[in-house]
Amino acid sequence: MTTAVSFQNISRYFGPVRAVDEVTLDIAEGEFFAMLGPSGSGKTTCLRLIAGFEQPTSGHMEIFGVTSEGVPPYQRNVNTVFQDYALFPHMTVLDNVAYGLMVKGVDKPTRHHKAQEALTLVALGSFGSRRPSQLSGGQRQRVALARALVNEPKVLLLDEPLGALDLKLREQMQVELKALQRNLGITFVFVTHDQGEALSMADRVAIFNDGKIVQVGSPEDIYERPNTKFVADFVGSSNVLSPAFSKSAGGPEKWASLRPEKINILPAKVKPSPGQQSASTKIVAVHYQGSVTRLNTRTVGGETINVTVPSSLGKFTEGDEVMLHWPQEALHIMAGEA
Amino acid sequence: MRSEGSPLLLKIAALACVAFLHVPLLLIFLYAFTTEEKSFQFPPPGYTAKWFGIVWERQDIWDAIGLSVKVASIATFLALILGTCAAAAISRAKFFGRDHISLLFILPIALPGIVTGIALRSAFGIMDIPFSTWTIVLGHTTFCMVVVYNNVLARFRRTSGSMIEASMDLGADGFQTFRYVVLPQIASALLAGGMLAFALSFDEVIVTTFTAGQQSTLPIWMLNELIRPRQRPITNVVAIFVIAVTFVPILAAYYLTREGEHTGGTGK
Repeated sequence: MTTAVSFQNISRYFGPVRAVDEVTLDIAEGEFFAMLGPSGSGKTTCLRLIAGFEQPTSGHMEIFGVTSEGVPPYQRNVNTVFQDYALFPHMTVLDNVAYGLMVKGVDKPTRHHKAQEALTLVALGSFGSRRPSQLSGGQRQRVALARALVNEPKVLLLDEPLGALDLKLREQMQVELKALQRNLGITFVFVTHDQGEALSMADRVAIFNDGKIVQVGSPEDIYERPNTKFVADFVGSSNVLSPAFSKSAGGPEKWASLRPEKINILPAKVKPSPGQQSASTKIVAVHYQGSVTRLNTRTVGGETINVTVPSSLGKFTEGDEVMLHWPQEALHIMAGEA
Repeated sequence: MRSEGSPLLLKIAALACVAFLHVPLLLIFLYAFTTEEKSFQFPPPGYTAKWFGIVWERQDIWDAIGLSVKVASIATFLALILGTCAAAAISRAKFFGRDHISLLFILPIALPGIVTGIALRSAFGIMDIPFSTWTIVLGHTTFCMVVVYNNVLARFRRTSGSMIEASMDLGADGFQTFRYVVLPQIASALLAGGMLAFALSFDEVIVTTFTAGQQSTLPIWMLNELIRPRQRPITNVVAIFVIAVTFVPILAAYYLTREGEHTGGTGK
């Protein structure tokens, strides 16, 4: 498999701030790769390093085997879908999409034909003569996508492209983007702070924190087997359990994560079946969320454990004593924590 | 009573203000047609259009107009280039002391013209630069640049910075990006700034007094003419011409920038 983008010990400092700190990463050709992290974690700077808007302070970077240090954005075969779309307001939608071909000197009939094809691809075939200001947010997003894709980039960079859309449109676009990526086979690098978006769309996810990548893996890996407290908490709000608790519950004395939906619940003092780990807790708060109910519970030792149970299981009230239990393999020991 | 009275008072006050501003202008028109040439008496003893003919014949007036147009054109041209560069640098780059430099750009228009004039005159003196059309042009460029700078800077601040990045990302080099993305964005701001700059330069007296040698721009010519006892209505005729020349661009600039506010930020 060819490597599309390769970071080798890449750092980017802004004065004393280490926006990207010694990142090493390989993104494979044809991969849908998500960079996930809170704001200020360095994920957008990494994207801008690939696009060429930033140059690394140190380290080495390659795009399809070609060294990219010192190569300006307009000489890279990568294109970006910007967070604010950055459409040109003084041009029609068709001219916006044809822009990349125009500056490369493609003649007018050819570039308009290709731009029209790209617009059709994003289901905006009849919108070519409009101005960007006459489009809705979702339509502008598609124009930005078509404008990037018409150049047949080897890597498409997407900077929080769904951030400005409402929930329903966002879910629809997630499905469409995923399908588009599969059909075109282009490498997509996608920056987001929304873990649901990253997990549902990406082949692989890199979790960023403080300019560093803390974990790279498939969505299942990241979700089921976080290797640090940060990943466990940031992706899907897992329970982070102290070494002392892990030990008392029947595991090794190490930091561990436990998914709220992996926990089963029994009345107090009922002994769980063998092979299960358990803890007796008291319900502190009950959050009814429709199909599921989220319970905040606390152990005698003061450990907080969140549990997600089907609402059909019955009614829970604050102050109830309950026995929590879970299969042994659900308690994931985090390798990255001492 | 009060609620009915104050709007009426306001109307009178507003009318008084308009009259205060514009009656002198009307008098200029009136006395351009008077038959009395030594003093302006009201009402004029008779009316004539002969002064327009006399103005047409006077070579010194044509020279003054020619010089004014030349100076204003060159100063505006220089101001457009320098003002745009300065605005681009201030709005795009982040560097130490940026706000102070921004203030330094605006200073020439805030400073009294007489200070700018004296400063330029002594600078030309020290550097042994003989007074010529070019010294006037240099003097005018100092404040013309500010007008362009302010207009373009305001437009840059409303334009999304990622548009330039998008253009580069799509394969356009710096020149293409300027030509196809930046220039269309700031075109109406440039036009408005340029027109204002031209109008400012065209009727400038103080800085010109200090930077011109023996040459007279139109405003200087008028000032000299007022001191002479004869043929006074000639000045009024020229004044009408100046009003016409400066009023049209200022009006156009006003409408252009107003329109720009609707179109400037729509890309976001």
